[in-house]
Amino acid sequence: MLEIKDLKASINNKPILKGLNLNIKDGELHAIMGPNGSGKSTLANVLSGKSGYDISGKLTFKGEDLKAISVEKRAQKGIFLAFQYPLEIPGVNTNNFLKTSLNSVRRAKGDKEIDTLAFLKLVKEKSAELGIDEKILSRQLNVGFSGGEKKKNEILQMKILDPNLSILDETDSGLDIDALKIIAKGVNSSRNGKNSFLVITHYQRLLDYIKPDFVHVLSDGKIIKTGCSELAEELEKTGYKKLN
Amino acid sequence: MKQQELEKSKEYKYGFVTDIESVKAPKGLSEEVIRFISKIKKEPKWMLEWRLKAFNRLNSIKEPNWQKPKYPKINYQDLYYYSAPKSIKDKPKSLDEVDPKLLETYKKLGISLKEQEKLAGVAVDAVFDSVSVATTFKDKLTKKGIIFCSISEAIQKHPDLVKKYLGSVIPITDHYFATLNSAVFTDGSFVYIPEGVRCPMELSTYFRINASDTGQFERTLIIADKGSYVSYLEGCTAPMRDENQLHAANVELVALDDAEIKYSTVQNWYPGDKNGKGGIYNFVTKRGACRGKNSKISWTQVETGSAITWKYPSCILQGDNSIGEFYSIAITNNHQKADTGTKMIHLGKNTKSKIISKGISAGYADNTYRGLVDINKKAINSRNYTQCDSLLMGNKCGAHTVPYIKNKNCSSTTEHEATTSKINEEQLYYCNQRGLNQEEAIGLIVNGFCKEVLQQLPMEFAVEAQKLVGISLEGSVG
Repeated sequence: MLEIKDLKASINNKPILKGLNLNIKDGELHAIMGPNGSGKSTLANVLSGKSGYDISGKLTFKGEDLKAISVEKRAQKGIFLAFQYPLEIPGVNTNNFLKTSLNSVRRAKGDKEIDTLAFLKLVKEKSAELGIDEKILSRQLNVGFSGGEKKKNEILQMKILDPNLSILDETDSGLDIDALKIIAKGVNSSRNGKNSFLVITHYQRLLDYIKPDFVHVLSDGKIIKTGCSELAEELEKTGYKKLN
Repeated sequence: MKQQELEKSKEYKYGFVTDIESVKAPKGLSEEVIRFISKIKKEPKWMLEWRLKAFNRLNSIKEPNWQKPKYPKINYQDLYYYSAPKSIKDKPKSLDEVDPKLLETYKKLGISLKEQEKLAGVAVDAVFDSVSVATTFKDKLTKKGIIFCSISEAIQKHPDLVKKYLGSVIPITDHYFATLNSAVFTDGSFVYIPEGVRCPMELSTYFRINASDTGQFERTLIIADKGSYVSYLEGCTAPMRDENQLHAANVELVALDDAEIKYSTVQNWYPGDKNGKGGIYNFVTKRGACRGKNSKISWTQVETGSAITWKYPSCILQGDNSIGEFYSIAITNNHQKADTGTKMIHLGKNTKSKIISKGISAGYADNTYRGLVDINKKAINSRNYTQCDSLLMGNKCGAHTVPYIKNKNCSSTTEHEATTSKINEEQLYYCNQRGLNQEEAIGLIVNGFCKEVLQQLPMEFAVEAQKLVGISLEGSVG
């Protein structure tokens, strides 16, 4: 699914990723942990194609070199990023945004656009699963949403777009334990053995509910340790410092 | 079509020219030309005198020059003041008699009259250069006592109404362009809604400037008698030409007791090319008088075209408890300039006004909101709310807000809110990450920014306006 080799990324000549290696196969769920400033969010941005970074190294998705592909094309090819800080877009109806988004992805795949009725049915089903009050979907996108509502809305979008690779950038931060469980449930029920996940987090807490196949520790722009879910527990006890 | 022309026409899809022979008045502005116009339109003597009065005044006044966008001096002797497709000299009695080429033009504009007639919902009075081509739906409206025809026809058939109201809101002494229009206006729409009648459909005019070197001086007069209601839509396009064309229209609205007029404009005149060459000078005077108690006038405008837009659709709130509203979107891209806003003149007691203005600038464009809220001494317990939001795209464009607020009594209140923001790169990135391309993302964000105004538009217009908002800003970000 995703192959990263010796990935380097810098912004304004400041190197952030310094030779990162990562392989994610179909159906796998990988967790990336690491201290503040280790490059976690940069990795998410670089994978989604955000502009402003100078990039070198190997970066392929389903065998295709991603580096020259635009943000929207990557999204259309099946890369989804759940934002750490979802953006507010005043005046834009949430449902309308979701539908526009889904239809751009469908069009790119050569699928027919979804009609309103089928769309509303899909939204109803997915939002019920995440315990999202449908009323918020007729509100302006993320405007006045609570922190939890924003994060749930990201996972809702993920479920509706049904991407091949989902990157969750600290989706768990700022969530209470109930919201955390719902989001974890949302991720677990999305797994179908073919789609892959990259879960970026500070804490082991989320990994109590989402079982990763691999846990990586990112430090100073490199993955310095890889293990199974036990690694996360160990980190929780010892902290990141000991690894350096 | 040559490559270059092809590219050009991609930018402005209404930029085609219809090859139709036209009858023109001699070039230039003179008493002879005014007599020519009046004669060809078979006007009564009082109308000619009215025009001449305006013309004589024109000699002693100057163009206003306080506006922000400056323009090269207009040579008024180098313009044609009357241009009509030849085949229309004898006005058609029905759509079947209309020149098929003209109908084809309308089809390209997406307003096939025939279709419109069948699909029902919108009665169209189409103005092509200087004359009204055909008015649909006449029968249905006539039954309700509604008069909807060209102003030329109204001058002949309803002289009492025209005499009583023409120039009663915008006097011929008003200012240079209003006076010029009064002297040389060629056609436009006339609407009269009788007492207690709610107009059963949206009335609509489609203006188009076709001939070169012509100014378009249309004149619209809408009268809503006591307790009546009408919603009126106006759309505008023009072919691409290298020279600038002048459009100086006058629109007068009169609402009597308990009457309501809703006036919506989607203006998409040719804005000039990327380097600012050509385009329409849209210098329009629009004013409504809430003459009766409890009357209401609401202006909604979506201004995306023209090289320079310079207009202030205004309300004179004479009647007690009357309401004036102004909802505006002004989009300027490349080298376009806009200086637009409104005037709310509160004269009656308990009068209310609301102003919502959204200005969007991209490229090298300059966008000014200029507005006056004037609450008179006798207009006790009056209220105004003003909100002006500006959105900037890129760092070479400008946005300005110039509000004038005069409150002359202490029982009235005015509120003014203004914001200026830049289109947010993070918002764009978020939309892109959801699969939307740059154009779709900009369209979405800008439409969201304009939502309060867009939702004032009648449904079918709102859809068109939303698309237009996206198209007008194409290529404006990275």
